[in-house]
Amino acid sequence: MSFAKPLATLRTSAGLPTGRLALWWLLASEVIIFGGLLASYVMQRLGHPEWAYEAEHTNIWFGAGNTIILLTSSLSAVLAHQAAQTGDGKKAARYLWLTIGGAAWFIVNKAIEWTGEISHGFTITKSGFWSFYYTAAGLHGLHVIAGATAMAIVALDAAKNKELQRVEYVGIYWHLVDVIWIFLFPLLYIAK
Amino acid sequence: MSTHAADHAHAPDSGDEHEHVHPPSFYVKIWAILTVLFAISVAGPMLGVKIVTILTAFGIAIAKAYLVCAYFMHLNIQRRWVVYLELAVLGMVLLFWFGVAPDVMKHEGQNWENVAAKQAVERGMAAHAAGAAHADAPAAPH
Repeated sequence: MSFAKPLATLRTSAGLPTGRLALWWLLASEVIIFGGLLASYVMQRLGHPEWAYEAEHTNIWFGAGNTIILLTSSLSAVLAHQAAQTGDGKKAARYLWLTIGGAAWFIVNKAIEWTGEISHGFTITKSGFWSFYYTAAGLHGLHVIAGATAMAIVALDAAKNKELQRVEYVGIYWHLVDVIWIFLFPLLYIAK
Repeated sequence: MSTHAADHAHAPDSGDEHEHVHPPSFYVKIWAILTVLFAISVAGPMLGVKIVTILTAFGIAIAKAYLVCAYFMHLNIQRRWVVYLELAVLGMVLLFWFGVAPDVMKHEGQNWENVAAKQAVERGMAAHAAGAAHADAPAAPH
């Protein structure tokens, strides 16, 4: 028995294509990872009033700029999905590349921001606050890079009108990356 | 195991009966609302009122996350159990919170004391006080 397309795109489990089902499970594990990390941060923050003085050194404008970039890249990701739904793979690929551009801009901003902070002595070992700051933002940054890489792979196929269902999957993942940042921004940059 | 027929082979598969195709303007509208909410979340804390900061920064974060999950991730039209799955794992995070928070947020109890945490707070507050005093002191003549 052979399938012309990967099994995950044809079979359904529990009423969902297997690929999408796997994606929701992946997202559930991400909720645990980031939920646990952020919950730990909030607990420590409430138990350590001195962290507020450390947080004064984070740059709200870098955080705000990256929030706008991620919100806008989420828009381009959902527009890619919309284009894929209408069967326009080339348009979907264009929107995906736009989203990847947003991811690259986000990482460049982060690199500039971190360079400034590290050069002023705010390193990961300075205090508990900076330890959480670099861990949470760094882990999120790794997810940005992973999402952009996955989108590039999907975009190459989508441009040839192939595997268009993956445009939705990679988009949903990207929205999760956006949602995580929506909570990281006030926790790390606004609460001072 | 059930299989989707080959008629799905050339189209993005929905896998469920809900396959809504919104026009791009719908998503642009959601993005515009998100941007306005973002602006409020940045401006609110600048007033310096604690309750306003909590409501604008964290309350709006929840509203923004809801909009992204519901309309960009299409959770509003996914099968109900997908929403329950994600809420269940969020519930586990809450369980973690309530199990651990008392020990982390408090630094002493009836029969215990977290000496290291207390010392960390004292060191941090002293460092801040020293930094503030240094900033207030007049510059030494050269």
